[in-house]
Order: sequence, then C-alpha cells, then structure tokens
Amino acid sequence: MRPARDPNTSGPERSNWTLALRRLLIARLPPEHLLPDRQPYYVGSWVYVFGVVTIAALVWVVASGVVLAFFGPQWWHLSAVGHFFNSVHYWSVQLLFVFMVLHLWGQYFAAGWRDGRAPTWMVGVVIFVVSLLTAFTGYLSQQNFDSQWIALSAKDATNSLGVGAFFNVLNFGQMYGLHVMLLPVAVTALVTVHILQIRLRGVVKPIEPRGAP
Amino acid sequence: MNTPAAYFHWQFILISYPNLFLIIGMIGLFVAALLAPFPGRRGGE
Repeated sequence: MRPARDPNTSGPERSNWTLALRRLLIARLPPEHLLPDRQPYYVGSWVYVFGVVTIAALVWVVASGVVLAFFGPQWWHLSAVGHFFNSVHYWSVQLLFVFMVLHLWGQYFAAGWRDGRAPTWMVGVVIFVVSLLTAFTGYLSQQNFDSQWIALSAKDATNSLGVGAFFNVLNFGQMYGLHVMLLPVAVTALVTVHILQIRLRGVVKPIEPRGAP
Repeated sequence: MNTPAAYFHWQFILISYPNLFLIIGMIGLFVAALLAPFPGRRGGE
C-alpha cells in the first residue's frame, strides 16, 4: 500500500492555481502565525494596545454607519435614537483617529519598519490617508449647514489642485457614495492586509541600546 | 457647541483650546502607556 501524501506540502502530482495558492498560504501564513496564542515579552506594553483600540473603533464606526445609512438623514437629524447613532458614529471616528495617531507615534519611535517590515509601514500610511478622505466625505455627507459650508470652502482647494472635475465636493451623491461604499471597503480591506502583514512577520524587536552585546 | 471656540495665541502659535487640550491629552496618554505596568508581564521573561 502506498503511503498517504500530504497535498499541502508534498510535490505536485497535479498542478493548478488553487493548489499552488493553498501551498503558498500555508507556507507563508501557517495557522500558528495567523492566530498566535503567545507573543514575545516586549509586546507586554500598553503601547501595543493602541492598534487594537483603533480596530475596535473601526468596528463601531462601520456598525453605526450601517444603521445611519439604513434610516437616512431625516432620521439621524430629527429623532432621539437617530441623534444617538449619529453621536456614536462621530465619537467612534474621534477615537479611531486619536488611537490611530497614537499607534503611529508608537511605531515611529520603535522604528516599526525595520527587518523587512517597510510594506507594513507603507500600508499603514495609506490607511491613514484613505481614512482622512473617508472622514472628509463624511463631513460632507452630514446634510446640514455645516456640511454645506465645508463643501463650499473645500471646492476652492480641490479646484486649485486640479481634481475638482472628477472629485466634486459639491456633488452630494458622489461624496455620499464614496463615504458609505468605496472608501469604507478600501479602509477595511487595507486594515485586513495590515493585520496579515503583522501576522506574517510578527512584531518588530525593540531597538538594542548602543554597545549592547 | 454653538459658538466659535476660544483660541490660544502665543507668538506664531495659534490653536483652538479644544485641539490644544486634545493634543496634550494624547501626549499624556502616550507617556502613560510607556510607563504604566502591563498586567501579566513578568520582568526578564
């Protein structure tokens, strides 16, 4: 009787892209890296909590945003429960940005891009920029005088940059569509990639003091 | 909430008090996170 072969690790008796992708994922992202139950000692610091709080805030932003999108502007402006969800959305965004910046400070001073982690750092920068764009389109989607004033002020900036023709801040439908669909999907996808990159390489080691053996 | 925020103005620095207090609070939280002991961590592990 022939010994059983493990299709995930042994050589190709047959070849297709599904099998190749599965082997690659198992080799690069084994389950013990994807869902680790232990971390190095230096991860035992409150600084590493900032990133987790940012993700928790993102969950609240998306959840409250789904409710707001379902019931619409009249509801979030005129009803008590609508006011509550509007506030949850607003304050969870404040927490998202505060803790994203604290996470950025922590990674900057730890030089988190070392030892092959530059792509992780770069994806983090892109997440920051896309989040700013998402927040901006959110301010434009409030449907009140505040959002009208922001749009009127911002149109001069976008026109002077030459992007006003295809990113029209006075076009509510475009700004709302970007805010509730494309940009949140982009942020969530990039955050997923960011987490997978961290799982792939682990947390960066602390910087050794000068002269350390 | 319905009136313009007061501003801190010193030399070339001009910033609203809410933004100033938020930044000071963030710096305070960052320093506290560096110094505060983390539960469950044992020294020299």
